Amino acid sequence: MSLTLNDVKRVARLARIAVGDAEAATWQQQINGIFDLIAQMQAVDTAGVSPMAHAQDLQQRLRNDIVTETDQHEKFQAIAPQVAAGLYLVPQVIE
Amino acid sequence: MINAGLTELAALLAQKKISSAELTRTYLDRIAALNPALNAFITVDAELSLAEAEAADARIATGDAGALTGIPIAHKDIFCADGWRTTCGSKMLENFIAPYDAHVVRQFKNAGMVSLGKTNMDEFAMGSSNETSYFGAVKNPWDRAAVPGGSSGGSAAAVAARLAPAATGTDTGGSIRQPAALTGITGLKPTYGVVSRYGMIAFASSLDQAGPMAKSAQDCALLMNVMAGFDERDSTSLERPVEDYTRDLQQPLAGLKIGLPREYFAEGLSDDVARAVEAALHEYRKLGAQTVEIALPNTQLSIPVYYVLAPAEASANLARFDGVRYGYRAPEYRDLNDMYEQTRSHGFGAEVKRRIMVGTYVLSHGYYDAYYLQAQKIRRLIAQDFTEAFTCCDVIMGPTTPGTAFGFGEKAADPIAMYLSDIYTIAVNLAGLPGMSVPCGMDAKGRPVGLQLIGNYFSEARLLGIAHRYQQATDWHARMPSDLVAK
Repeated sequence: MSLTLNDVKRVARLARIAVGDAEAATWQQQINGIFDLIAQMQAVDTAGVSPMAHAQDLQQRLRNDIVTETDQHEKFQAIAPQVAAGLYLVPQVIE
Repeated sequence: MINAGLTELAALLAQKKISSAELTRTYLDRIAALNPALNAFITVDAELSLAEAEAADARIATGDAGALTGIPIAHKDIFCADGWRTTCGSKMLENFIAPYDAHVVRQFKNAGMVSLGKTNMDEFAMGSSNETSYFGAVKNPWDRAAVPGGSSGGSAAAVAARLAPAATGTDTGGSIRQPAALTGITGLKPTYGVVSRYGMIAFASSLDQAGPMAKSAQDCALLMNVMAGFDERDSTSLERPVEDYTRDLQQPLAGLKIGLPREYFAEGLSDDVARAVEAALHEYRKLGAQTVEIALPNTQLSIPVYYVLAPAEASANLARFDGVRYGYRAPEYRDLNDMYEQTRSHGFGAEVKRRIMVGTYVLSHGYYDAYYLQAQKIRRLIAQDFTEAFTCCDVIMGPTTPGTAFGFGEKAADPIAMYLSDIYTIAVNLAGLPGMSVPCGMDAKGRPVGLQLIGNYFSEARLLGIAHRYQQATDWHARMPSDLVAK
């Protein structure tokens, strides 16, 4: 299978990455090259094989529902692009 | 002094023949002199380092020192370090000052080790040559026209050029072992879950693992004693008893069964690498080991599987870089959505965007079963290959990489050629096994060759011992580029 130019632009939109026409064409070629490599997988018979997410069979650890973090919002917001009154500023979304 | 191992440096500090401040200054001076040519460090802060050194000297003076107190270490710029700029090799984090310590960084601080700075790396650890770094490629200390490997290329070059006695690295598909091989140093990727990922900027969370990079296996063992251990802040950190990773260093090799995967000695392996690896195996036989041929039949599939799983996980992990809470925000945008798109378009480099695109696609509606699920199933087959192999051998050995350090630009234009150079290392991450690279020779142009050692789960101490015995019998690990000695 191969991705069309429209597929590339749709995926870029999903990934929230702006892309121009020329760049999309380059990506199309490169990404299709990667999918040619990935296509090797399709020939493998995996019937009855269970998917492996992690090397170790882990149980999700649980902890008591108590507050363990201290309030550091000033320290963390000091590195934000735009902050006012303890809030992160973004372009207006609701008219 | 710059060739001294960590044990020797610790002895000099304990006997007060040198102070941590003096030792730290020695390395800072070397960095100042040599880093402009090598570009191994992104951030150096002499003031911060010397303050840590003085604190270490105070601990030594009061008898409160541990085994490594006062010894400097460089950190890959993927680890958050409180008060240090932490860029992950990206424009996206060019001005990001980490507000907290990664677990690994904190462990080394608690041990009294002195942070020498943050080392260069491929952007978000995506690359095998260091050429994707926003801060420019690192040069290989053995050949300035060649890459140091990646993604932990800055850490590898720093240790190889003796700009640091030791460094941290991370390995998602070979990012500790491959640069270690290409720069002639020793590196260990531990079993998945042994070292906490807390504060380590995430790439592919089911594969990422931190490990030590140093001049010898013995040094790596000492560093593992500090790095490893349970941390409740990493949900995949394993609760296991504390280990002494130096415990098997002196264990003899008589009767050791080394498995040689025939797929690792097949087409694509360069003659120089094959010769050096053969010579290393000959040395192991002299030390009493036996070799047996084994099969890892799904080796070829590890690359396609990796290039589904790693981009898929990366596309989710890198969604957090949206220009809102930290990092880069594009200067101009029309609305919120455009702000996200412009920020990510300008903040990420080409390779990172390529992988986010691949990952977004394979996780998108209608393709999950064909790509992600199929890749996870083949991942199990790859892991089973190793389980099968370890029924007839104690350790697996082979080349770390098919060739030695390649030239700048040689593979940069062709992502596939770059991906294929990780053929021997990726399967180890997919299976979650520990793996090492140990220097074992030079190619015709004087560039290092790495021998890869792969062990069963939790066999790090044994692997380090197997590497150490080889390093007792050979001197490849002790060599450094001759033109860097006197400087």
